[in-house]
Amino acid sequence: MADVIKNRYEFVILFDVENGNPNGDPDAGNLPRIDPESGYGIVTDVCLKRKIRNYVETVKEDSEGYQIYIKEDVPLNRSDNTAYEYLGTDDKGIKDLKKKDPEVDRKICDFMCRNFFDIRTFGAVMTTFVKAALNCGQVRGPVQLGFSRSIDPIVSQEVTITRVAITTEKDAEMKSTEMGRKNIVPYALYRTEGYISANLARKVTGFSEEDLELLWEAIINMFEIDHSAARGKMAVRELIVFKHSKELGDCPAYKLFDAIEVKKHDDVDYPRKYSDYTITIHEEQIPETVEVLRKI
Amino acid sequence: MSRGVRVRVWGDLALFTRPEMKVERCSYDVITPSAARGILEAVYWHPGMKWVVDRIYVKNLIRFTSIRRNEVKSKVSASSALTVMNGGNKPLFISSRQEIVQRAAILLRDVDYVIEAHFDMTEHASDEDNPGKFKDIIMRRLRRGECYHTPYFGCREFPAKFELCEDDTVATEYQGVEKDLGYMLYDFDYTNPEDIQPMFFRAVLKDGVLEVRDQEVVR
Repeated sequence: MADVIKNRYEFVILFDVENGNPNGDPDAGNLPRIDPESGYGIVTDVCLKRKIRNYVETVKEDSEGYQIYIKEDVPLNRSDNTAYEYLGTDDKGIKDLKKKDPEVDRKICDFMCRNFFDIRTFGAVMTTFVKAALNCGQVRGPVQLGFSRSIDPIVSQEVTITRVAITTEKDAEMKSTEMGRKNIVPYALYRTEGYISANLARKVTGFSEEDLELLWEAIINMFEIDHSAARGKMAVRELIVFKHSKELGDCPAYKLFDAIEVKKHDDVDYPRKYSDYTITIHEEQIPETVEVLRKI
Repeated sequence: MSRGVRVRVWGDLALFTRPEMKVERCSYDVITPSAARGILEAVYWHPGMKWVVDRIYVKNLIRFTSIRRNEVKSKVSASSALTVMNGGNKPLFISSRQEIVQRAAILLRDVDYVIEAHFDMTEHASDEDNPGKFKDIIMRRLRRGECYHTPYFGCREFPAKFELCEDDTVATEYQGVEKDLGYMLYDFDYTNPEDIQPMFFRAVLKDGVLEVRDQEVVR
C-alpha cells in the first residue's frame, strides 16, 4: 500500500464561470444558486465533489483501487445487482460470521476504502444491515469541502431561446418553434475552502500521497471534462495549497484562509473576466512552517 | 488545576438537525450540546477522558436560510460489499441517476458561539494519564489551531473555525432577553451500544446563555 499522507492540508480553489450556470438551484427553477440576503452566488460542496468523482472515473476507468462508488450514470440497473446482495449470505449467515470473526466490520470497511477512491477521500455511510448488527459504520473521509461563494454578488440573466424541432405531433400542427429558457451568470469568480485531515487518512481510510496528487489533478481539471450547454465556460483559476509541517497542523485554518485576499480592481464596476481580480497571498500572515503551494 | 475550557467557534453556515425533521432537514435554533461535544472531540479526545458541555453562549442573532440539493437515498450495503470481498467480482456502486432525491435543508447562518466545557476522567485512563496532561494538550492544540480533523457545525460541509476564548465576558446579541427554545437534543446515551438512546432537555436561552449544566434530562 502506498504511503498514507502525513501532513494536514488546507486548500483554496478559485474558479470562474462565464456565461453559464455553475450550479442550478432546484428550489428556484434551476436558476443559479444565490444567497437571497446578500446576492452572492453559491456552489454546493456536493456539486464539486461530483465533478471530482467524474474526473477520477474518467481518467482511471475503474482500474483497481480507483473505482467510484457513487456514479452518475451506469449501464447496469441497480436492481440487477440487488439480487446478488442477498446471494452471498443472509441475516443469519452474517450473525454466524460475526461470531466467528469479530473483525468483519473493520474488514469490510477496509475493503471498501481500498477499492473506492471516493470512499477513501470523502467517506461514506455504510450501515445497511443494522438489524443483523453488521455495521461497517460511517467512514469519515479526510477531505472536507465547504460551500463555494462568489467574491462579488452575482446577477443571473435569463436568456430565452427558440428551437425549431417540436416534440409532439400535436404541437407541430399549431406552431413551428418552441421557446425555452437558459439561466446564465455573465461572469462570477467563486472561492471554495477545503480541509484534509491526515489523522483520518492514517486511522480510517488510508488516503495516500498518490491519492492526494490525483485529487489535486482532479480539482484542477474538474471542469475540463464537464463542458455542457448549461455550464458555459468554467475553469479553475487557482488552487492554493497549505501544507502543514505536522499531522495535526501548525496554525488555525482560518488564519491561512484569511491570508488569501481576492479583490476586484477598484475601477471595475462589473467584473467580466478573471483579470478584473487580483489575488494576493499575504505571506507575512502565514507561519514559516506552513508551505504554500500554488498548483496552477 | 481547572479542567474547564472556553472555545469560540464560528462559521458561515450550520445545521443542527432536529430529529423530528430529518428528511427535509431543519436546524435547531442553536448548537446542541452533543454537536458542541463533537466539535471539542475534533480538537482533542482520548479514551481516558470525556467532554462535558457546561454552557453555550450564543453571540449572534439566530438567522436561517435554506438550500435544496440532490442527494442519494441509499447507503453502502455491507452485505454486498462482503459478497464482493469474498470473490464475487460484481459491480458495486450506487447509480445517482436512479437513487437520487432532492432534499431541502433549513440552515443557520453566521453562527458564533462560545462553548464552555470541562472534561472528566474515565476508567479507560491509564496510570500515566492525568488531568494536567490532558489540559496541557488541549490548551496547546487550541492555541495553535491544531485539530484531529476540522470541526464542523452539524454537517461536514459547514466547517467551524475555532480559537481559545480568553475573554472574561462574552458579548451577545441576546442581552436581557429570555428565549424558550423548547425541548432540544441533549446527547445520546451510549452506555448500551445495542440500544443507544437520545436524551432531551428543556433549552432556555437567557441573556444569550444556554445553561446545560444541571438540567433535567428526558428520555
